[in-house]
Formats: sequence, structure tokens, C-alpha cells
Amino acid sequence: MNNLTKQIGQRLALGVGTLFVVSILIFIGIELLPGDLAQEILGQSATPETVAAFRQELGLDKSPFVRYIDWLGAALQGDFGRSLANGRELSELLSGRLLNTLFLAGFAAIISVPLAILLGLLCAMYRNSWFDRTINTAALTSISLPEFFVAYLLILFLAVQNNVFPALAQVESATSFGDALYRTFLPALTLILVVVAHMMRMTRASIINVLSRPYIEMANLKGLSRWRVIFKHALPNALGPIINVVALNLAYLIVGVVVVEVVFVYPGLGQLLVDSVVKRDIPIVQAVGLFFASTYIVLNLLADILSILTNPRLRHAK
Amino acid sequence: MTDNTKQLLRIRNLRMAANTANGPLEIIKGIDLDLQPGEVLGLVGESGAGKSTLGLASMGYSRDGCQFTDGVVEFKGRDILGISSKERRALRGCQIAYVAQSAAASFNPAYKLIDQYAEGPLFHGEGNREAAETDAVDLYKQMRLPNPEEIGFRYPHQISGGQLQRAMTAMAMSCRPDLIVFDEPTTALDVTTQIEVLTAIRNIVEEFNTAAIYITHDLAVVAQMADRIMVLKDGQLVEEADTQAMLSDPQESYTKTLWSVRSIEKRKKPLPDAAEKPLLSVKHVDACYGDTQVLHDISFDIYRGRTVAVVGESGSGKSTTAKVICGLLNADKGAIEFEGNQLPNCFKDRTKEDLRHIQFIYQMPDTALNPKQKIKDIIGRPVKFYLGLTGAALEKRVRALMEMIELDPEIFMNRYPDELSGGQKQRVGIARALAAEPDFIICDEVTSALDQLVAEGILKLLMRLQDELNLSYMFITHDLATVRAIADDVIVMQKGKVIEQGETEKMFKPPHHEYTELLLSSVPEMDPDWLSNLQKQRETEVT
Repeated sequence: MNNLTKQIGQRLALGVGTLFVVSILIFIGIELLPGDLAQEILGQSATPETVAAFRQELGLDKSPFVRYIDWLGAALQGDFGRSLANGRELSELLSGRLLNTLFLAGFAAIISVPLAILLGLLCAMYRNSWFDRTINTAALTSISLPEFFVAYLLILFLAVQNNVFPALAQVESATSFGDALYRTFLPALTLILVVVAHMMRMTRASIINVLSRPYIEMANLKGLSRWRVIFKHALPNALGPIINVVALNLAYLIVGVVVVEVVFVYPGLGQLLVDSVVKRDIPIVQAVGLFFASTYIVLNLLADILSILTNPRLRHAK
Repeated sequence: MTDNTKQLLRIRNLRMAANTANGPLEIIKGIDLDLQPGEVLGLVGESGAGKSTLGLASMGYSRDGCQFTDGVVEFKGRDILGISSKERRALRGCQIAYVAQSAAASFNPAYKLIDQYAEGPLFHGEGNREAAETDAVDLYKQMRLPNPEEIGFRYPHQISGGQLQRAMTAMAMSCRPDLIVFDEPTTALDVTTQIEVLTAIRNIVEEFNTAAIYITHDLAVVAQMADRIMVLKDGQLVEEADTQAMLSDPQESYTKTLWSVRSIEKRKKPLPDAAEKPLLSVKHVDACYGDTQVLHDISFDIYRGRTVAVVGESGSGKSTTAKVICGLLNADKGAIEFEGNQLPNCFKDRTKEDLRHIQFIYQMPDTALNPKQKIKDIIGRPVKFYLGLTGAALEKRVRALMEMIELDPEIFMNRYPDELSGGQKQRVGIARALAAEPDFIICDEVTSALDQLVAEGILKLLMRLQDELNLSYMFITHDLATVRAIADDVIVMQKGKVIEQGETEKMFKPPHHEYTELLLSSVPEMDPDWLSNLQKQRETEVT
């Protein structure tokens, strides 16, 4: 048990360290943007005095190092500053967008993760059958199509030709839960189609890898049913890679949905990020960037810890 | 005519084929087999003879890529190849059970032993979980497992190989089957553990009057276990007889060659002069894995041209000593001297010349050769590395080495390891060691993965090379018959210490150290009563 806490502690420390490095990289990246920030925001017609005053207001006259420490210190206390575009508190502005993003990601994840694992198990169980081949071909097709293309196809068939679902995923804070599910169905379906294939193929591959082990033959020779052999004997030993690919895809559902949000005009973090880059709203870009990085780090950290916990060799010392 | 309904297992004209790249290959060629209730049948043969395939076939099971092509398998008068797979599953684990070769690999690492024990009875509807647990503890007791009350609640990786093998036999017994197929259950164990497992298996099979098919390539083992023996070769029956008759009077010439293994004649070498310096000296070596000390004050000398066998159970520190000599594991104390010069502890600090003198032959030829390299490259690499030969000179040297190990260079040079048999691969492993032109070779259990006949060929080759090249061998093994056949000196190790060392002849003559005695008396003999006698003898010693 001691060994286990030590391992988990190491992962946690590593995660915090990575996050720190990422915060530096984000800051440097923004420093490297060409042109003077105050000048860009105020436009070409601004007088040098106004620009200088604005620079001072933004703190741009201080050294980058001091600014980084100030920014990090404030961010650690939950204060990400104000939007340059409209002066609103960022924490307020982001929270609504964040909820929308998490809602869409959760919607897609709740359907796609169990579906992918189930399909993976079935494909491994009936490998090389027509079922396996059909599912694999479908999965490969959906993985190969760019997500915006899948999105437009869905809009064409399910919104334009048959008016089943709305083409625009407009949700507000007043929208009811059921209504929100209905309105976000098409973006969620697009995401599901994109992520299921990846997780399902990994599940299939790692199960098939385990199926060649002697203990699977033993389980078969104990007369257990095929389903029990796959589900009880193969799956627990194949969890490591499956957990990791699920974590990667969950991260993608939160971080990588920019294109899908734009296509469906969904008010999530991705949209906000794209808009803010265009508007040079640096505090927003920094905050969203940091949030996306933390999502990746936290999910991967969770995957690592779960992999350790599902391995009896690590859980129970000799 | 025998009564089909009373007979337990009846196989007629069984034919099975394996799918290969060149189409189906027949691996079982028309075998008949009969088994009465309570009878133990031994299946003997080299690897590739079809023993395991036949054993599994009696459960109506064929491995991936194999299929039944002809014949019938009747269990209690019912054709089990003709019934649905669901009906077959109902038989397996319930009426016919299986004990696999490697229990360590055949227990699911994700579950406790008792969960895996209870799974069969619960699935087949033979009682509830509580009853299964009580029953498991009972059987663990009968199998003489330590802590029978608690051992079931441990995970497979937490207990030793010999204990796992007994736990697996207990698991096979869980539904009180009529037939158990034992597939080489003791092959992976060392002699002292093997005895415990054999005794436990035999007692429990007698206790419940279970019929068994006992598959092995070790004749002395099968002599202890079986009432009747079938000898197989290339998927065909060679000979079948009661154990007594088979041992005392084998009919077929193939059976006779199996019986006469260990026919190596060793020439006795004179003792080295008192003035002669040892080639390699291990001096007071201590070594640790992490915080655990695994070697305690190991000292011995190896002289030029002699074979020193290092024997002991698994975990006794044999291979660890070899690692220290090679510099793969740092000694914490003590020194390794080669021709009187101390070698640096770590292989990285040794000169190319130091490395060249000490070469290694591995236990598993399957994993020790790079599967993506041709044989000529595997052998050529050390020639190039140590001797700097290139081009035509390199090829000439590789050809000469291949001739030394009796593999025709014309045929084998451009092949990949996968295209060679186990014995041929091990020969390549020997050639790779010879390529460096060493003085000293460590042979780590080089024959334990091979059949007796093939192993004998390898041993003879090693002896011949020793005579021709004046090599010294450190021969790590747990097989005392091999030691007797080839070693000049013996070192007995236990728990990281040298217990006894001396000339082979003296070591095999009493009086022995207590532990050496245990090792020696644990080697199975061809006498069918050997195990029973030994058991009685050991019991009286205890009381």
C-alpha cells in the first residue's frame, strides 16, 4: 500500500510540475505574438500618449518575468483578470461557457464510452465475423472523415432534408435540460461518431491481445460462457490501455471541439477561444489555454492512477 | 467388445489438422484411445508429438488454428464432437477438468485464487459460494498447501509456482470431475518442488478415484503417475502398454531410444595441478536486488577446460551469480578475477577484451535470438564486433562456426530464427557465444526448454567443443542427471549461499550435505514405486 501511495504521489507531483511548465509556455507563446498589444487594440489612429497610458494600465511596461509572476499569482487565487474587449470579470464570463462545453462533452461521453467498449468487446468476441468487419469498416470510415464534414452531413440529412433536429445548437441559461439535450443532439452525435471508433478499436485490440494468454484458455476449459470469458477474464486485464485511450478521448471532447462548436454555433469555450484570438483578448486566451492544458493533465493523471489501481500486482504487494 | 457406456473416454481414429501458410497440416493422424473410470493414462513423447493436442481433444477442445477432421471422441458413451458448443461447455470444468503446464500463466492475475476456484462450481450450478469456499479450504489442505485457510485469498502473483500448481489441481477438482487432463504440470518446477506436486496430485486422484490423462516428456515422472502409458511420435501412436511392461520391456526402437537417454560417456579429467591458476575466481561475493541481499559470500574457482555445474532450486542464486560474473549486476562486496586480474564490477567499465572472454548461452533460445535477423547476421555480429572481421573473411568465419555447431551453412545462413527448431536455435545460440572466441562460457539452463533427445545432442556438442577448444563452462542447471553426465565439478547453492562444492564423483557419493541429499533423492527414477517409497521414507524420517 505504501508503494502505491508513493506511486500516486509521484504522478500527482509530475502533473503539477507539467501544469507549471505549460503555464510558462502559454505565457511565452503570447509574448511572441507580433506587434505591440496596446497598439493593436487601440488601432493605428491612437496617439502615442494614449498607447503609453494604455500600456501602463495593462502593465505592459513591466518586465515579462514580473508580469508572469503577477498573472500566475492571481490565477492561483482564481482571478484570471478582466476581458480586454468588454471589461467583464473572466471567472464570470468563463463559467457559463465552461458549463456548456462540459455539458456537450458529458453528453457525448456518456453515450460514446460505454458504446465503444461494448462494441470493442463484441468485435473481439466475434472477431473476423461479418459483424466485426462491418463495425470495423464503419469505424474506419467515421474516423477518416473530417469532423466538420460529418457535421455538415448530419445537418444536411437530419436538419435540412428531414427536419428532425435543429441545425444550430443554441442554448441559454434558461434552456431546460431536456430541451438542451434536443438542441445539442447533432453536435453530440458528431462527436460520438468521431471518438467511438478510436476507443472501440483500442478495446478490440487490447482484448484480442489478452485472449491469447493461457488463463483465457483455462477459463474456456472451465466451461465458462464466451461472454463471461471476455467480460470477466479478459476485460480486467486489458483495462490499462483502454483507460488511457478513454482519457485521451474525453480530453478531446472538452478541448478539441472547436470546429464542431463553430459549425453548430454552440456557445462553448472553443468558440470563445477562437473569438478571443481574433480580438486579441489576451487574458481570455491565457485562461482558456491554461484550462485546456489542465484538462489534459488531470484526465491523463486520472488514467494513470486508475491503471495502477486496476493492476493487482501493484495493488497487492508480494 | 468393451461396454461403451461403462467406459469413460473412447477415442477412435482421431484426426486433427493445423492451418499453416502451406495449407492444412495433419498433426494427429488417426489415434485410438480408451480410458476406464479411475484409470491414469500417461501420454509420452517429444514436443510436437501431439500430446497436448490429444489431451485437449479429449475435452472436445481444439486450439485456434486447429480443427478436428475425422474420428469420434466419446465421453461416457456420448459423442462430444457432435454436440453443441453449449453442451460441451457444460461438460468442461464440470465433468472433465484441465490442469495446465504453467499455473503462473494460467491463473488470471486479476482475481484471488478462491474466486477462481469458486467460479466453476457456481457457474455449473454445483452449490453456492460459501460451500465452494469451505470445499476449497478442504482441498487446499489435502494438497498440503501452507495456510490453507488463507492462501485462497491471495492473488496468483503472491504465491510460488509449486503452490500455484497445487492450487490449480485443487481448482480442477472443484466440481469433482470424472476426468482430469494434466498437461505437463511439473515441467516448469525444480525437482524438490516437483515431488511435492506429484505426491499431492497422486493422492488426490486416488482419493476421489478420478481418471486422468497425464501428459509429460519425462518418463521417470510418468512412471510414478500412470497405470498405462502411450508413446506418441508425430501425431501417431508408437506403443501402448501397462507402465510396468513398458518400463521393463519396451518393444519399439523409438521407445527404446527414449528410455536410453543420458547415454553420454564422460571422460574423467585429471584434477588440475596444484600450481595451475584458476581461469576464473569468484571471491567472497555479496550482491543485492534493491534492499534484499540475494548472494552471501560466494566463492569458487573454475579451471581451464573444465565444466563446473551450479545446482540448486529456483531462487537459490544460480543465475544471479552468473549475472555478477558478467557484470550485469554489481557485486556489493568481493571480486571477480579472470586469469588473476580483477574485473571491474560493471560490464560498462570492462574492456572489449574482458567482455570477449566471457560469453553467455541463454535458457530460452526462442527469445534469445532476434527474430528479425538472419542466422548469418546473428552469428556474424560478434565476429565483427570482437574480432573486426569484415567481408569475405567474416563470411568464412561464420561458415566455419556453423559447421562447428553442425548446421549446414548452405541451408541455414539466410534463414530467420522462426524457421528453425528449438534445438537448432540453441545451436545458433552456442555459435554466437563461440564467435567471440571466448575462454569461458556460462550456460544458463541451456537444455531445460528442450526435449530429452534434443538436449542430449546439445550436451554432446558442448562436450565436443570443450575438447576441441579447451573451453571452461559454468553450467547452471537444476537437472542433476545432466550434472552427472557432463560436469567435472559441482557447486550446490541454496538461498544465495554455496552449501557444498567438489568433484562430481565425490558429490554423488555419500555422505552428502543434508540439502544435497534432498536434491539427489528428489530426482525421479524409472522405478514406478520410487515415489511411494520415497514418500514413506520421508514420512518415517519426520516421525
